Amino acid sequence: MVRTALDQPALELSSIKKSFGGVHALKDVSFKINKGEVVGLLGDNGAGKSTLVKCIAGIHAPDGGDIKVNGNNVIITSPEDARAVGIETVYQDLAKIPEFNIVQNLFLNREIKHPNPILGWLGWLDSKTMIKRAKKSLNRLNTRIPSYNEQIHNLSGGQRQAIAIARAVNWGADIVIMDEPTAALGVEQSAQVNDLIKVISSQGVAVLLISHNMQHVVETCDRAVVLYQGRSVADVAVADVTKEDLVGLITGATDAAA
Amino acid sequence: MSVQTLSLTQFKQIAFNRDAYIYYMFLGVLFFFAIILHDTAFLTVSNFMNIVKQTAPLTIMAVGLTFALAVGHIDLSIGSVVALSALVGALLLQYTGIPLAVAGALLVGITVGLINGFLIERLQVSSLLITLGTMGIITGIARQLTNLESVPIINQDFTYLFGAGKVFGLPILLIWTLVIGGLAYIVLNKLAAGRHLLAVGGSPAASRAMGIKVTRVRIYALLASSTAAALAGLLYAGRLHGARYTLGEADLLTVIAAVAIGGTSLFGGRACIIGAILGSWLMGMINNGLILSGFSTNEQMIARGIILIMAVAIGVKELKNG
Ligand SMILES: Nc1ncnc2c1ncn2[C@@H]1O[C@H](COP(=O)(O)OP(=O)(O)OP(=O)(O)O)[C@@H](O)[C@H]1O
Ligand SMILES: [Mg+2]
Repeated sequence: MVRTALDQPALELSSIKKSFGGVHALKDVSFKINKGEVVGLLGDNGAGKSTLVKCIAGIHAPDGGDIKVNGNNVIITSPEDARAVGIETVYQDLAKIPEFNIVQNLFLNREIKHPNPILGWLGWLDSKTMIKRAKKSLNRLNTRIPSYNEQIHNLSGGQRQAIAIARAVNWGADIVIMDEPTAALGVEQSAQVNDLIKVISSQGVAVLLISHNMQHVVETCDRAVVLYQGRSVADVAVADVTKEDLVGLITGATDAAA
Repeated sequence: MSVQTLSLTQFKQIAFNRDAYIYYMFLGVLFFFAIILHDTAFLTVSNFMNIVKQTAPLTIMAVGLTFALAVGHIDLSIGSVVALSALVGALLLQYTGIPLAVAGALLVGITVGLINGFLIERLQVSSLLITLGTMGIITGIARQLTNLESVPIINQDFTYLFGAGKVFGLPILLIWTLVIGGLAYIVLNKLAAGRHLLAVGGSPAASRAMGIKVTRVRIYALLASSTAAALAGLLYAGRLHGARYTLGEADLLTVIAAVAIGGTSLFGGRACIIGAILGSWLMGMINNGLILSGFSTNEQMIARGIILIMAVAIGVKELKNG
């Protein structure tokens, strides 16, 4: 698989700030992600990773700083805003309806309507087209699924994660954020998700991956950004550092400037 | 699709599917009564038409309640809405024509549905408690409205349209059942709106994360349940040539049992309109069979309670099995 991280920034964050009352969760976070690049967002518990993701995904409004998507300044105040500018977030256990089958989950709230204008206006579902598209998009991600009628709760954790990722990509996301996508998965399924991340980044999608697992970061990420007490303190190419270096940066033992 | 051989697992999936229970129940009960009541009029077309006519209001209520259950709510106020809507319709018919009377009656349902919906969302209290409260209020209003007097309806067109009429030789109450059932089936199974109702019932948090307006969807569901109950009130008034505060009073248990036995989950996320219709016909058939066998009203009530518990037991077992 050829992966070429282009030197075109998909997402640029500068001086993002966010406080909750007296708690300064984010003091100054700046970094960028290029198209087709996988960036690991690292940091100790409470460093501000989830808060940052929520600021980008439109769940929190940042108190300060700028977000640029494809070079343009954007203001994101709701999940819809984030989606509208091409940012999709994959949550560990959210965004899946257990009773729904794969296709119904993939197209939830983005159903394809019947081509007939009247039926379409009524919201009549075009199930055939949705099944066809679902197959196509899962095939493109090399994901094998037993049957498209399978209810989500019968799938393995890895397969479910694949569906969530497929859904994000399906909607033409340019930027996919994943908050610990492999936290609840076994070794083999984590490897599947890692492969999937490589596939989507090779298709030009920028990925921001939050993980506590250094092995996965080293395997999947091009760069790693480290948050320390609400600040981005390091931005390194993963190839240039060891796992121990990363751990040092996360715990604050290593001074990033050095 | 090409010709397929049915594997054993596929056969099991179809035969033991939750949605299929209602068909077995229906056939089983039919068979049972057909045998023990073989020397009565049980197994005749006219008896079945009677059952359908008698249960038409129940069926409409069951279809409406399916929407509330789909989003994970319950609506206990539907019985009281039946009474108030019937009374309002009957009273308005004394002063105006059918359109305004029908609109007034339906407005009762719409208002109650919106109030239920807003209160549940605003106070974040379970629908069980809120609709129990509104049930009390509406029952009180219905009793107050005419001082426990019943209101006769002499408008022939009204009693034709909502009771005795026939279309193409079929009872108009059957037509009402099929039209409302058909519309509900389409909404729940064919339209994006139904998909969203079920999504909200399946996982509100996930629905919200996907951008579905969860609050709005839930309010619509309660609106549907209550408006259907108001229509059921009109059907009662039409068939009985009048309205009384007791209408719908005893229906709640029957309707919940009918919907539950029809395969709709009492915990949200799964709904089956055909099951709700068959379920209420089943309840009607059981009632009819029990009457023909000489059982009293009290014994029928016990039977309904048992059926509800059975239906819920099946549902809970399903839930545990994942
Ligand atoms: N909604 C909130 N209200 C108040 N404080 C918050 C809120 N969300 C986060 N915080 C605080 O902000 C800081 C950063 O939290 P955050 O969840 O972003 O950390 P994290 O890096 O994701 O940690 P973890 O690795 O444990 O998930 C913490 O001190 C946390 O207590
Ligand atoms: Mg976190």
